[in-house]
Amino acid sequence: MSEDFVDLRKVGIERDPSKRSASFMMVDESPEVGFSRGVEILSTREAIERYEWLENYSWRLVEGEGDYDGYFIRVPRNVKVEFPVEACLLLKMAKSQRVHNIVIAEENSELNLITGCTSERLSGLHLGMSEFYIKRNAKVTFTMIHNWKRGNEVLPKTGIRVEENGVFISNYILLSPVKVVKACPVAYLERNSRAFFGSVVVGFEDSEIDIGNVVYLNGEGSSAEIVSRSISRGGKVFSRGHIIGNAENVKGHLECKGMIIGNGVINAIPELEARNPNVDLSHEAAIGKIAEDEIFYLMTRGLSRDEATSLIIRGFMDIEVKELPEVLKREIDRAIELVEKALV
Amino acid sequence: MKDVLRIVNLCVGVDGRVILKNVNLYIQKGQTFALFGPNGSGKSTLLMTIAGSSKYKIYDGRIMFKGVDITEKATDERVKMGLGIMYQHPPKITGVKLKEILKHCAKLGGTEDKIYEYVKMLNMENLLDRDVNVGFSGGEAKKSELLQLLLMNPEFLMLDEPDSGVDLESIAVIGEVINDLLDGKSGIIITHTGQILKFVDVDYGVVMYKGRIACIGDPREILKTVEKYGYEECARRCLRTL
Repeated sequence: MSEDFVDLRKVGIERDPSKRSASFMMVDESPEVGFSRGVEILSTREAIERYEWLENYSWRLVEGEGDYDGYFIRVPRNVKVEFPVEACLLLKMAKSQRVHNIVIAEENSELNLITGCTSERLSGLHLGMSEFYIKRNAKVTFTMIHNWKRGNEVLPKTGIRVEENGVFISNYILLSPVKVVKACPVAYLERNSRAFFGSVVVGFEDSEIDIGNVVYLNGEGSSAEIVSRSISRGGKVFSRGHIIGNAENVKGHLECKGMIIGNGVINAIPELEARNPNVDLSHEAAIGKIAEDEIFYLMTRGLSRDEATSLIIRGFMDIEVKELPEVLKREIDRAIELVEKALV
Repeated sequence: MKDVLRIVNLCVGVDGRVILKNVNLYIQKGQTFALFGPNGSGKSTLLMTIAGSSKYKIYDGRIMFKGVDITEKATDERVKMGLGIMYQHPPKITGVKLKEILKHCAKLGGTEDKIYEYVKMLNMENLLDRDVNVGFSGGEAKKSELLQLLLMNPEFLMLDEPDSGVDLESIAVIGEVINDLLDGKSGIIITHTGQILKFVDVDYGVVMYKGRIACIGDPREILKTVEKYGYEECARRCLRTL
């Protein structure tokens, strides 16, 4: 496969109406809606023109201004979108791509969204600004798969508001070399809402990856979990997490695990902040190399050293997200399979 | 050659410290040896060295398996030739499911069609989707090891304390499985207490003491002597008669 050709399936994009509820594609700064059913999907500019009320959503969760395009997705009240909605952001010719996305899950609705970001250019800047509104009793599962090239710089900003009893589940996968990724989504949780942030990132040589999540537990009984798996194979990885307990009976847990293959740098920075005495916040962090006794054990079951190493790395990257729909799990497994061999 | 395993003048150390000294052991096809000895006498080191652990450095000697010198062979090659090891304390591997390992074992042993039968026999259905050895009880870890060996179907078994840390009832089950595994095969069983010998027939007993083989004899006699006088006295008596 030539360097300038990208396989969109690698980032979870199928463009197949039998597998997706809606499909959106943005090449450089030109958006296009492929198809949709059961869910409203427009370009952000078009949506802002059409809906005056969108002013109350635009640039409210993310600092910024400007008239950038991107995707606007809205799931109507009480609608549960069966197949995932996919959105692809492709950097093709332009030196930079600025994207503004707005996702609204109305009350009691359900959405699975896969966003795949990739580049045909060897260098270039991707700046994605996303705002997620999860209304009462709604549930959004968001899976983002990044597959960049060595010279790409990626600086997204994301804000998420989860209303009462709402659920937000996020999975972020970065398994390709890249120059820089800096991302730190911020979530604001209201009463009895829940959020889960899982991430699996690999830092190859000359890559600098700085990712994390900030979660404000603002509503009574809200809870959040941040689980990250970072692998450094010569790159520099910062894995951050910050949970702020602002209300009664909130619960937060942070789990940062790092594995260094060969050499590299991993910096795990978990942070817990309690602003109320009745909070339950905890974290665990561990960084190490692959244990030789684990490799040996698998070799005594007939696996070669490479096979054993590969199986252990794969196991390390496998974050078990209980509520993840099977179709999304398959996308993640496929992405992990693709990188597995490159790591051994 | 009738010997399935020949250990010739084996000297082994770790971090510059010599653990095994001039170990010689010949095991014929169909024979099973029980390996006795106090903690730190080198029993597990011997099994791990036969399996090819890179943790242990071989200073001298060689290991012959089925007439082939395997001293320099990688562990997976030895396993493919028919060596199988049951760990006393298998490592916990996060993210690697027991069922995944079983698939590899079954592929190796050509026993893909037996997975379900063995899993059911050992009552292990609930452990298949668990990370291997993570949170397993003592008995579960032993059964998991045996299940893997059943699927690998090795010609030569090395069992490191199959009877430690399990209750008497479980030992009976474990003993039964070991008998199945050893049927027509050869092996070495390390046992501290000798409990497993109530269920498994072994041909010879070997006492290891301070890295050497102190004696080889009738396993029940050895066990009696050890129970009565302790290892030090047993080894002293053994060495005197060697």
